[in-house]
Amino acid sequence: MSKVRISGVGLHPFGRFEGVTGTQMGVIAVRAALAEAAIGVRQVQAAFCGTAYGGVAAGHRVLGGLAGTGIPIYDVEAGCASGGAALQLGAASIASGQYDRVLVFGIEKMPKGVIRSSFFAPWQEAAGLSPAPAYFALRAQRLLVDAGLTTEHLAQVVVKNRRHGAANPDAMFQKAVTVDEVLAARMICEPLTLFMLCSPNEGAAAAVLERDGDGVTVAGISLRSHLPGSVLGEDSPLCGIDDTTITPPSTLAADEAYAQAGLGPCDVDVVECQDTDAGRELLAWAELGLCRSGEQARILEDGSALVGGALPINPSGGLLSKGEPLGASALGQVVEIVRQLRGTAGARQVEGAQVGLTHVIGRGANACVAVLVR
Amino acid sequence: MSLRPIDPSVLRVDDDGITLLGGHSATSGQRHFPPSPVCPFTGADDVEPLDLPRTGTVWLHTSVNLPPPGYAGPVPYHFGIVELDGEPLLRIVSRLSGEGLAPGTRVELTGEELPGPDGEPVLTWAFRP
Repeated sequence: MSKVRISGVGLHPFGRFEGVTGTQMGVIAVRAALAEAAIGVRQVQAAFCGTAYGGVAAGHRVLGGLAGTGIPIYDVEAGCASGGAALQLGAASIASGQYDRVLVFGIEKMPKGVIRSSFFAPWQEAAGLSPAPAYFALRAQRLLVDAGLTTEHLAQVVVKNRRHGAANPDAMFQKAVTVDEVLAARMICEPLTLFMLCSPNEGAAAAVLERDGDGVTVAGISLRSHLPGSVLGEDSPLCGIDDTTITPPSTLAADEAYAQAGLGPCDVDVVECQDTDAGRELLAWAELGLCRSGEQARILEDGSALVGGALPINPSGGLLSKGEPLGASALGQVVEIVRQLRGTAGARQVEGAQVGLTHVIGRGANACVAVLVR
Repeated sequence: MSLRPIDPSVLRVDDDGITLLGGHSATSGQRHFPPSPVCPFTGADDVEPLDLPRTGTVWLHTSVNLPPPGYAGPVPYHFGIVELDGEPLLRIVSRLSGEGLAPGTRVELTGEELPGPDGEPVLTWAFRP
């Protein structure tokens, strides 16, 4: 099968940008990706735009800001995995032989505060059954028990990611924090303090995919939804029957992506994974096969997930530093991993990285995992 | 109580008090909440209505300190997951009320008044010790 290569990536920083529209951010990210690939928009055969809050024909508005091309433009929504879904469709369109060169991008301009989604029925919202951070908190509580962790470990995840984010000029928060500061921050839902939750925000990211040629390879990519039964799953089912025997969507996607790539977790050199909250990241480590449940404490304590450690996780600073523009976050991870694999990640470079993994999981449930190879 | 239930498909009010409405599939053997036309765990389409038990045990508990979008009731409020009595195992997401809500606490169903989706007061539910 043909190889799918990433010939250019581009980013609009993640943060708050008053007066700048999501469309404008998308144009900036797309222009940067096209420039890296040394092509014009007219040389792209199709475009796939991930967004959850971008409105009707969001991708068309972005490309319309460059040129009317007549190419097919697909607007893709898959919650927190929207950008991953766009990447998966774009990569598949090349692998299948349909296209030789496509553009994938994600844009978002989120309202401040707790995310409102049309996912919950009005009666569920009015009954107080839709507080996203409370679901994250319950999942984190369960994790603490199952994996033998404490709230200090949750704080250590934030310290790690914010330390990485301090070296990322595109992050929303570029200041390191201490365990004490994280624990002393305002309590949102026990055990999660404000610093342990990512901020929904604004940004855009883009990548040009080509058949063969040079560049980082998309060696495996999978988008999966949930199996039934877990009351704590991102599908927020309001009821469940078990939480121990059900394979989570992140594992389904990871297993498929590893198989496509002919690689396994032990081959991965650098990871960008979903850290909607500090507990989510620690769950992801186990779901992606990077460690067994129960090993997270040791990994946090020995520093092996830091840049410079055995397996750096979220060297960009993660969503805890960057914030989460839903449609853009997955492709923001791809931008980071591509830079890491090229050796151009600057102060946060993971030395000698050959294989990278990106992971998003969110409402739906939707999980997307990509394995990228230098 | 004369208040209308927040949604008549999930909550019934009568002389016996309030009842949470669920479903049961003979094929899957599973109970579920809220009522679904098919068993949410297996897709079986032989779902019969089921009045859910009014008692259970707290499995997980946290509190909500900021009002989520679409919610106009008081904050903070207690939130968690309750394991309902009876077989087979069924855990449901619910508001909780009262004090001493640590996992393992025995709780029972109680009615609560909250602003509904249109702002008018409605009857909803919580579990309390």
